[in-house]
Amino acid sequence: MKILVPVKRVPDWQIKLKLLPDGKDIQTDGIKWILNTFDEIAVEEAIRLKEKGVCSEIVLVSVGPADVRARLEYALAMGADSAILVKHDGPVDSDLASRVIAEVFKKGDYGMILLGKQAIDSDANQTAQLVAGRLNLPQACFASKVLVESGSAVVTREVDGGLETIKIPIPCVVSTDLRLNEPRYAALPNLMKAKKKPFEELSLEALGVSADLKVRVKSLSVPTGRKAGRKVANVQELIAALQGEAKIL
Amino acid sequence: MASILLFVQHSHGKVLKGTLAALQAARELQSAWGASGIVGVALGPQSKTAAESMVAFGLSSVRYSEDALFEKYRAEPYARAIALAANDLGASSVVGLASSSGKDALPRVAALLDAAQASDIIGVNPDGSIKRPMYAGNVIADVELVAPSRVVTVRGTGFAPAGVTTGGGDVAQLSLGGDPELKEQPRFGEVVSYEMSKADRPELSDAEVVVSGGRALGSSDNFEKVMFPLADAFGAAVGASRAAVDSGYAPNDWQVGQTGKVVAPTLYIAVGISGAIQHLAGMKDSKVIVAINKDPDAPIFEVADYGLVADLFAVAPELTEVVKSIRTSA
Repeated sequence: MKILVPVKRVPDWQIKLKLLPDGKDIQTDGIKWILNTFDEIAVEEAIRLKEKGVCSEIVLVSVGPADVRARLEYALAMGADSAILVKHDGPVDSDLASRVIAEVFKKGDYGMILLGKQAIDSDANQTAQLVAGRLNLPQACFASKVLVESGSAVVTREVDGGLETIKIPIPCVVSTDLRLNEPRYAALPNLMKAKKKPFEELSLEALGVSADLKVRVKSLSVPTGRKAGRKVANVQELIAALQGEAKIL
Repeated sequence: MASILLFVQHSHGKVLKGTLAALQAARELQSAWGASGIVGVALGPQSKTAAESMVAFGLSSVRYSEDALFEKYRAEPYARAIALAANDLGASSVVGLASSSGKDALPRVAALLDAAQASDIIGVNPDGSIKRPMYAGNVIADVELVAPSRVVTVRGTGFAPAGVTTGGGDVAQLSLGGDPELKEQPRFGEVVSYEMSKADRPELSDAEVVVSGGRALGSSDNFEKVMFPLADAFGAAVGASRAAVDSGYAPNDWQVGQTGKVVAPTLYIAVGISGAIQHLAGMKDSKVIVAINKDPDAPIFEVADYGLVADLFAVAPELTEVVKSIRTSA
């Protein structure tokens, strides 16, 4: 079974975010980019399914500008087999990403689309569901365990109140939660070898996907932070503050 | 403009508090978008009861289905039925709580309706754009949904629960005949098992008081010995930091933060939690924050109203005893 792993590059969560003066976007000049944390978990899970002999080939896909290639090469160095970069310099919303992923899926003989449940920049948690809906495929979102057996995926999902295990037919869409696995690091020699792995560049036109957006960011702002309160010396003082000032208890 | 469909989430007929927060968001969207009204759909066992109780909240028409297809939540039949109800009731937009099933099913509905999707919204602007957090809550985005059809999930803590009002209309069964694919049940797969976390305390997202433990607890035994009595003294829900969950001290669904639950209780007590930005994203809208940590430089103190620099193993049990005596004498 071939697995398609859509990935997104995002600003490193450790950087201090700055907004552009017009507030339309964050400052991205010269910042450090990483593979979205949840997508890295998806790449790792696909590699583990390949190591178990369940998966035959791992194909990555991303949509974005030319320098997204570096992040795809990182995922190739982890162990993916080939990558497709759909080059597009303009803004991408989840709907556009889902239409790209759906078209790429239709061109290959894939058994599963495996991707992160959310990107840590937009924090939306919706692309996997949009892809599954567009392709009318069964979905298993927020996965903390993935097994593949005779034409089905058995997926344990993190839901409100506990864990739910579902069995869905293949082909299907699976989105990864935080504790599915701990991704491996790509070793330096593999990073060199990754540059020789098959890498295809496509355009939106070639895929027959329009660049229209359904969601437009009007402006960004930084929320007013909470002020630090005060230190209390002991439990008695804390209780007095909660009762007297905060009127709790 | 057409009406807005509310996805009425309920538990055995009892409407979730978060559904009323989603209704409040729907009312604000109705006025900003000039929608003609708010209608609803409830699915699953006792959904008729849930549908009937929404009439008092002014929904002009509510559909329900207790068909076996909806006995257990599954994204595929739920999404199809919600889209079907939207079409039947002439709604172009859908609004629902960003619970785990809301987050799972509603973007799928967006794909079926070719709609613009916005997740986890926290505000509605008068011009019809919406507010949602990004970058672990470090940035708030004002976004425009530019498609004729729109689907929105609502962060429960972002809106006050809607109150009762007049104008409620009819309740009727949803006719499933309009979507032949709903009968293709094998394609949807099945629920194999469900493992509930211990639920003898208030639900994390709804609780008035939340006590959360971090890595400093050191073991799952300590977590249980220190945090459970503290929670019970306050009648609180128990949360945990990502580090505590990763270390196996607490179950996954107790995680408070960017990738876990977002809570905004009246009182949040962080015990042995350093306060990484991913954690703050999940609790910084709490009304009062108390932090107990032995590191005076822990970032949690930058958001805490009251910080106690102390060994948690000494002060948490003391706090438990004092609160217990206050509450029993009250």
